[in-house]
Amino acid sequence: MGPVAVGVDIVEVVEVEDSIRNHAERYLERVYTAREIADSRLADGSTDARRLAATFAAKEAALKALRATGAAIAPTDIEVTQRGSRLALRGAAASLAAARGIAGLQLSSSVTDDYAAAIVVAQIETAQ
Amino acid sequence: MTSDTKTKIRELLAEQGRLAVDVATLADGADLYAAGMTSHASVNLMLALEDGFDVEFPDSMLRRDAFESIDAIATAIDELRRTENRA
Repeated sequence: MGPVAVGVDIVEVVEVEDSIRNHAERYLERVYTAREIADSRLADGSTDARRLAATFAAKEAALKALRATGAAIAPTDIEVTQRGSRLALRGAAASLAAARGIAGLQLSSSVTDDYAAAIVVAQIETAQ
Repeated sequence: MTSDTKTKIRELLAEQGRLAVDVATLADGADLYAAGMTSHASVNLMLALEDGFDVEFPDSMLRRDAFESIDAIATAIDELRRTENRA
């Protein structure tokens, strides 16, 4: 295996619940893509805070794996797809990944009633 | 930038930052992430700053370091106000 970069993040589910309560759709639309929001909808139309917490943790873990500290990347430039198992990059996130020589991202996440955690491993194609 | 700006930032930080320490003990240049602010809390802080200062953070300002200290946030708010006043 070639060089890799790793990112990890953990989110309290209650933080996401508070954000949904306090900022509603504005919070959802600034942080999550339309697909992520649709995927988190429950039968009663509400959103699954546990799932969104796992999605947020995955986005942050990806930013860390991309070494994006000084880069301007919108949360919606990183999308978690296929029931939380895959990452898709667009916009500034995709550009940064290309500049870093990242050939692929692997995501693993876990969630309980209280916490969601995610780890992302970035496979680096060329030494930077 | 005015001291009123920083006072208001401190109020919003106390409400949204979920810091491990009292905001009053932090210097304007103190690292807020080191003080316990999570990345998710920084999103809530951003939304509260938008409401409190009637500004909108564009994608180009969504950098971790834009929210890393009270000084950095005040600079960002000033920049947004200047930009929006010109528009």
